[in-house]
Amino acid sequence: MRVTLASITDVIRSKNAGPYELTFDIMFTTRAWFERAVAAGVFNTALICRLYRIPPEDVLGIIAYPPAKAIKVTIRRPICSGDIGETDVYGAQQHAPLLDLAFDL
Amino acid sequence: MREFRILSPTAILGYGFPLASFQAGLAKKPHLIAVDAGSTDPGPYYLGEGVSFTDRQAVKRDLALMLKAGIQNKIPVIVGSAGGSGADSHLAWCRAIVDEIARDEQLSFTMAVIHAEFKPETVLEALREGRIRPLDPAPPLNEDLVTSSSRIVGQMGVEAFVRALADHPDVILAGRSYDPAVFAALPIRLGFDPGLALHLGKILECAAICATPGSGSDAMFGTLYEDHFLVEPLNPDRACTPLSVAAHTLYEKSNPSLLPGPGGRLNLNEARFEAVSDRIVRVSGSRFEPSARYTVKLEGARPIGYRTVSIAGVRDPFMIRAIDSVIAGVRARVADNFADLAGRYRLLFHVYGRDGVMGPLEPAPGLDGAHELGLLIEATADTQAQADTICGFARSTMLHFGYPGRRATAGNLAFPYSPSDLHAGRAYVFSLYHLLEVDDPAGPFACEWVRCGEGQPCV
Repeated sequence: MRVTLASITDVIRSKNAGPYELTFDIMFTTRAWFERAVAAGVFNTALICRLYRIPPEDVLGIIAYPPAKAIKVTIRRPICSGDIGETDVYGAQQHAPLLDLAFDL
Repeated sequence: MREFRILSPTAILGYGFPLASFQAGLAKKPHLIAVDAGSTDPGPYYLGEGVSFTDRQAVKRDLALMLKAGIQNKIPVIVGSAGGSGADSHLAWCRAIVDEIARDEQLSFTMAVIHAEFKPETVLEALREGRIRPLDPAPPLNEDLVTSSSRIVGQMGVEAFVRALADHPDVILAGRSYDPAVFAALPIRLGFDPGLALHLGKILECAAICATPGSGSDAMFGTLYEDHFLVEPLNPDRACTPLSVAAHTLYEKSNPSLLPGPGGRLNLNEARFEAVSDRIVRVSGSRFEPSARYTVKLEGARPIGYRTVSIAGVRDPFMIRAIDSVIAGVRARVADNFADLAGRYRLLFHVYGRDGVMGPLEPAPGLDGAHELGLLIEATADTQAQADTICGFARSTMLHFGYPGRRATAGNLAFPYSPSDLHAGRAYVFSLYHLLEVDDPAGPFACEWVRCGEGQPCV
C-alpha cells in the first residue's frame, strides 16, 4: 500500500541539536505505522543522502524510539549554526523534503 | 514517602506564563521555583556580543513574580543561564534586573551569584595540557580560536549549585548552566536519585512544551519521589500524556535515550512513562551514569567582522531565468572594482524562491515555476564601512546589470526600503563547542554572595 509520510505521522520536524548537528523527528500517528516503517527500514542512510544531497558520513544517526513511536535522524550541519552562509539559524525549516516522501508499506 | 515538589513557570525566563498557572503551582506548595534562562539556539551573536536574546521588560515581569512568591513563601528561587548565554555581562544584566525588582517590591534576601565565564588563559592552559576535546562533530580546538573569542562560558552542572545551596541562599542567579541542573541540584543535595532528578529537570526546563497542547510560555509542576516522578501541567487546558512526555526527550537531541551532560549521561533506555490520570504522567527507570572523567561543555563565540544586508525582490521572468548569470556577473564586477579588498570580504546572495531556506541541502534547487524571487545580498567585512561598500556596490550593480533578453532597462530589483541597505552590526561565529576535563566540578564556577533589598543595591 502506497502511503505518504505526511499521512501516517503527527509530527515531522527539524531542529539544531547543538550548533553542529541537525536532527529530524518523525512521530507516527499509530504504533502500527511506526512498527511497519521500522520493519521496512524506510529511513536509511541512502534515503537521507539522496534527499539532502549529503555524503553517507554526514548521516550521524537513524534511531527508532518506541516510547514516542518516533524515528530520529541526525545529520551534520553543512556549516556551524550562524556561520557565514547560514540559511536557517535554528534549523527549524529543513524538514520539508520529508513531507513529500511516499512509501510502499 | 518523601517527595520534592518543583514549580517551573516557563521554558525560558522572559517567555512569560499565565498568572493563573503560576498561582496553581504555588498552591501546591513547591519546595523550589526554578527556571532556565538560556539557549545556544539563537546563534552565536548573543554570546559573542554579550547581550540577551530575551527582552528586559519580559524578563523583569517573570522574575518579579517568581522572586516575590519565593521570598514571601520561603521557597528558593534558582535561575540558570542568566541573560540567555550566561557570560558575565549577561549575568550582570540579569542581576541589575533582580536589583530593580528588590527595590520596587521592597524585597530583602540573600543571593548566590555563580559565574560561568572562562578566562582565555584558563582555556589555553587546559588546551596545552590536553584536557579539551571537541564535542563531535565540532572541529579540534586551537589557540587562535581561544584568543579570538570574545566570550567563553562553561556549562555548570549540579555541583556548583549544590556547593552554593549548602549556605541556604534565598536566590541563586547562575551563569551558563546545564539546563536540568537548576531543577535537579536541590533534590540531589537532599539525597534524591540523580537520574530521576536530572530527567525531571530535563522535562521541566522546557516547562509546558512537553504537554499537549504544548507551550513554551506556560507552567509545569514536577513531584520527585524516591523511585519515580510525576509531571503535570498547571493549566487545566493542557495535559501530559505518556506519549507527550516521552516525545519530549527527542527535542533538540541527537539521541533520545542517551543524553550526555556534565559528569556523565542520562540513560533513558529503561525509562517508563505511565499515565496516572488523563493529565499526569509517572516516569521511572531513568538512570544517571557518571563518566570516568568529569567534563564541562565550553561554548565560545568570536567576531568575524561587520555585516551589511540589502533586501530586494525580482518579478521579471527574464531576470528570474538569468539570475545565476547575473549574480556571477555582479560578483565579478565587485571583485574587479575592489581588487584591493580581495580576500577581505565575503559577499553572498541568498535566493529565496530557489534555495534560500535550505542552501546546499535543498533537494530541488530549480527555478521552475518561480514567479518571483526574494534576494538577500549580504556582505561581511572587517569594518562596517567596508561591508557597506561591498553590499552597496553589489546592490547598485545588480540593479542595472544587463543580461541577454532584458526588456526592463530601468532596473532589475524591487526594494522594500529606503535606505535599501541595512546595518546588521557585528557578526559572530561559534568558536568553541568542546569538552573540558576538570577535577573539581564546581571549581571553575566562582560564587559570590550578595545581600539584596533594604532599599540598597545588591551588595
